[in-house]
Amino acid sequence: MSLFIGGYQGRQIRRRYLERILISVATFGILYWLGINFIKSPSQFFQASIIGLSNGVLYALIALGYTLVYGIIELINFAHGDLFMLSAVFSANFITIWFHKESSGPAAWGVFFMCLVSVMLAAASVNIGIERFAYRRLRRAPKLAPLITAVGVSFVLQFIGLRWNGSGPKTWNSVLPAGKLSFSGISIPYTTMISFAVTIPLLLLMSWIVTRTRQGKAMRATAQDQDAARLMGINVDRTISFTFALGGALAGAAGLLFQQTRGLTSYNLGYQLGLIAFTSAVMGGIGNLQGAVLGALLIGLIQGLNDGLPIGLGQQWSQTVVFSILILLMAFKPTGLLGKAVTEKV
Amino acid sequence: MRLTRSKTPKQGASHKKWTIGFSITAILIWFFYAFVMYNLPEGPQTIFQNWLPPTTVNEAMVWVICALGLNIVVGYAGLLDLGFVAFWAIGGYSAGWFMSTFFRQVNIHIFSASDAADQPGIHVSFWGVLILGGIICAVFGIIIGAPTLRLKSDYLALVTLGFGEIIPQVFTNGENIGGFNISNGTKGISPIDNVELPGKILGPFDFSWKFAIFVFLTAVMVYVSLRLRKGRLGRAWLAIREDELAASMMGVALMPTKLAAYAVGAFSGGVGGVAFATHVNGIFADRFNFSISIILLAMVVLGGMGNVWGVMVGALLIAWINSTGLPAFGDLVNNTFGTTINFPSYNFLLFGGVLILMMLYKREGMIPESRLKAILHESDDETANLGGTH
Repeated sequence: MSLFIGGYQGRQIRRRYLERILISVATFGILYWLGINFIKSPSQFFQASIIGLSNGVLYALIALGYTLVYGIIELINFAHGDLFMLSAVFSANFITIWFHKESSGPAAWGVFFMCLVSVMLAAASVNIGIERFAYRRLRRAPKLAPLITAVGVSFVLQFIGLRWNGSGPKTWNSVLPAGKLSFSGISIPYTTMISFAVTIPLLLLMSWIVTRTRQGKAMRATAQDQDAARLMGINVDRTISFTFALGGALAGAAGLLFQQTRGLTSYNLGYQLGLIAFTSAVMGGIGNLQGAVLGALLIGLIQGLNDGLPIGLGQQWSQTVVFSILILLMAFKPTGLLGKAVTEKV
Repeated sequence: MRLTRSKTPKQGASHKKWTIGFSITAILIWFFYAFVMYNLPEGPQTIFQNWLPPTTVNEAMVWVICALGLNIVVGYAGLLDLGFVAFWAIGGYSAGWFMSTFFRQVNIHIFSASDAADQPGIHVSFWGVLILGGIICAVFGIIIGAPTLRLKSDYLALVTLGFGEIIPQVFTNGENIGGFNISNGTKGISPIDNVELPGKILGPFDFSWKFAIFVFLTAVMVYVSLRLRKGRLGRAWLAIREDELAASMMGVALMPTKLAAYAVGAFSGGVGGVAFATHVNGIFADRFNFSISIILLAMVVLGGMGNVWGVMVGALLIAWINSTGLPAFGDLVNNTFGTTINFPSYNFLLFGGVLILMMLYKREGMIPESRLKAILHESDDETANLGGTH
């Protein structure tokens, strides 16, 4: 059989064989785990899935920022998570301190939408500024240089967060309605429904901009080949700024939604959530927009199920589960779930 | 760029020079902290206690050992590692496992310090644990590297980052893994056995002798780094760093060479971890977080990637700023001008700002390595901007 062929070809075949066995075993294990949990307590299963998905949409908003930037200039923008954190702090200040809204009501919802618009604008402009002053000059430099700069920017943003929000976590009152919709033991909080209601149009808008507009076409062209795009008359600098603005705006929306649904801000929020969001982007295939959303929903679901199911590792292993998935994925399918294999240009 | 080999007429001579300089500096510092400092009059002694206490000096030496290890991975082989803290933690826990009463169930003594002879648990001599911890880390380095080193550099950075997140969490939650307690959870493992030198047992506050040990370890690391750099393996690392494709065409076996860089780097991370555990006389899970990996990377980058002396200066400087430098400076400013600025809280701004500015204006670090400087500024060449070099 093929397992006994020697040489390079044999090794390739054996490798593929081994991979297939491993993937089947893993899939079977996961299905078995989900199955026994489902039988044990169906309502808890659905509840955990809902919590997981509501985390997933937040991750999706952040993950898109990573994937957009990576797609166009191949940079892991470490500062992106911290931009999300700053947006959350901004939203908290906007709604609670500047407009004194602490409970739900029509006026408060008006403030909520004003805040959505302003936080998206603010985060977009901050992201444009970061690109202009820190990353643009390093576009041709070896990869390590912009990456370390991104870490530096992340520190600076964390410093701003630390000054603004204080060294400890702060809790805030939400202006979203507090009740929940429940049927047959499963309850969906209104806040979750609102995050879906805000996120889905944003994602559709995003996808429309990238696939249907002139600017989106310029983005895709720049991502493929910067020099060729420049020769075709595309303003590459402006296109990259626009990409950063899009990513920033989505991070801003995520910040507002996080602050309003969890009622919590803290200066080191961005680091953990940013890492998870980036993992989601990689999982879906970095540079691929649909992939980022899919990966984010999956990661959110996995995290929710792991934290909420009766038979699971529990919350203290959440991080380990996410990163183990990341490492396994990198080892066996580095292109991600939806990514295409790209041969290295020489 | 032309890759001419630098002429070194005699291998021995090149090491003689730095060995003498290094030893003299180390002996002077050791002599000062062992005999002079505590006999100084009140005033100067307080100044030294505030600005450069012996514990800061020793901790800085541990950072130097780890940074030199990371330098081999990042500086020599050009592989970005964002999870070096994992090796530090594993090294530290090997000290916790093999040099304490943690495993009370068993009673194993291998050249243990004489004051630990009648205690339960595993007690291995400090020097044995250094090697053991290093080997365990090297094995982990190979385990994590083997499936992932064929990835592109960004993905590799991400995998190491994930690894650096997983290992500390395993130790934090390690109180009950399938019924075993492997790390004592957040309580940590403390105390660690004392280090025994011939005729002397070093207590937790024997800073000057521990400094001597740490300096010795640093010297070994420097020697190893310099020797490897000159040898076949080091030249292969540099070739991979500069152009992976060209290197593989020239017959450099990519995977074994990269794995070797990982293993050597991880080994020294383990050594640093063991040294740190003896320095703080214990091992605590909450110390190990992402910021350690980033600070180590900053040390390597700011000092000068690939240059052993640059990395050493960078590590000493940053470690000092982090521990006593910034607070002492803040106190000085506040007392002089009557202000109440909380200087340590500007740590983030300082680090972030320095990283950004260095990358924008002085990418090669404070004490640059000449070859790397040429590579990092290749793109500044006007002609390079016309061609599409990615």
